Amino acid sequence: MTVIIAVALTLVAAIGAVVVGTHSPERQAVVLSMFGMALTVLFVTVQAPDVALSQLGVGAALVPLMVMLAIRRIRRDQRGEARRPGKDEE
Amino acid sequence: MSERGRLAVYLPAALALAALLVLAFLRMPGFGGTVHLYRDLAVPAAVRHVTANVVSAVNFDQRALDTLGEESILLGSVVGAAALLRPAQRESERRPRRTGRTLESTGLLGYLLLPVTLIVGFDVVAHGHLTPGGGFQGGVVLATGIHLLYLAGSYRALERLRPVEVFDAGEALGAGMFTVLGLIGVLAGTAFLQNFLPMGSFGSLFSAGTVPVLNALVGVEVACGAVVLLTHFFTEDLTVSVAGREDGGDRDRGDRDGNDRDGNDQGGEEE
Repeated sequence: MTVIIAVALTLVAAIGAVVVGTHSPERQAVVLSMFGMALTVLFVTVQAPDVALSQLGVGAALVPLMVMLAIRRIRRDQRGEARRPGKDEE
Repeated sequence: MSERGRLAVYLPAALALAALLVLAFLRMPGFGGTVHLYRDLAVPAAVRHVTANVVSAVNFDQRALDTLGEESILLGSVVGAAALLRPAQRESERRPRRTGRTLESTGLLGYLLLPVTLIVGFDVVAHGHLTPGGGFQGGVVLATGIHLLYLAGSYRALERLRPVEVFDAGEALGAGMFTVLGLIGVLAGTAFLQNFLPMGSFGSLFSAGTVPVLNALVGVEVACGAVVLLTHFFTEDLTVSVAGREDGGDRDRGDRDGNDRDGNDQGGEEE
């Protein structure tokens, strides 16, 4: 059991480092989702299934989705700023 | 405050906190030890109230007031996000016109998993007092499960399944009824949020008194809250555009196709 916990902890630490080291926010959202999965595994190994369920839903699905949507919105504005297509383009 | 002033306030506080933390960590019981003071109190209390899942007993019975606080935080953050993401005056709505392509495997998997996920979500909420899970976890499963329709189908399909007004009302209702149930307990002659319903028999669906009821209310609140929150993000992202560069067209499609994973919701071609 201790070995499994150690493996899960190492996984969390490793993927956590990858999240911090990822520069592009889009990729970061995806890695963040993987980090959420790693945390879920850790919580299961330390016998906290309730917390693992919350973590799976929020950390692996909900938060990365929200980050993705927010980034896309910002990127659209940035592209609009860069090209600024006006009505006369019709 | 000057930088030196801030540092003068910060450093003593940080040092004091660090010292306290080190002291606390030094006296912490070893990892995986057998002495758990809180467990020795919480488990008998859960068994007295016939709650099989002790975690639920802690969340919705022994510390129900904390859960009310958490729930209010969720409600507050959804309201805050909704206020921040409301369409500004210079923005107008742009409907995604036509659905583009979705990978057939994604579609198939999504439509297969949609009912399964929803059933799992309801199951997690309904059996929260018996097995791991509960209103919060099940609510999140339900809320994200609904969005499989967006992945597998289109945003239009999602909109039809998700009348926002209903979810708005559901969120408020879930949060409000939690408090009301606590007040009913007061009227029934016990304390606020005390478990006053009949306890039933251990391990059956109708046991643990108020715990399954509070679970269901939190499930409604969390599911609706998460859906409303995501709806505001989606609306902001998909259908609102700055006036002056709306009305789709090929130009707009080129503008938006930079991110290719969204091809299924907004391959907006001029009709």
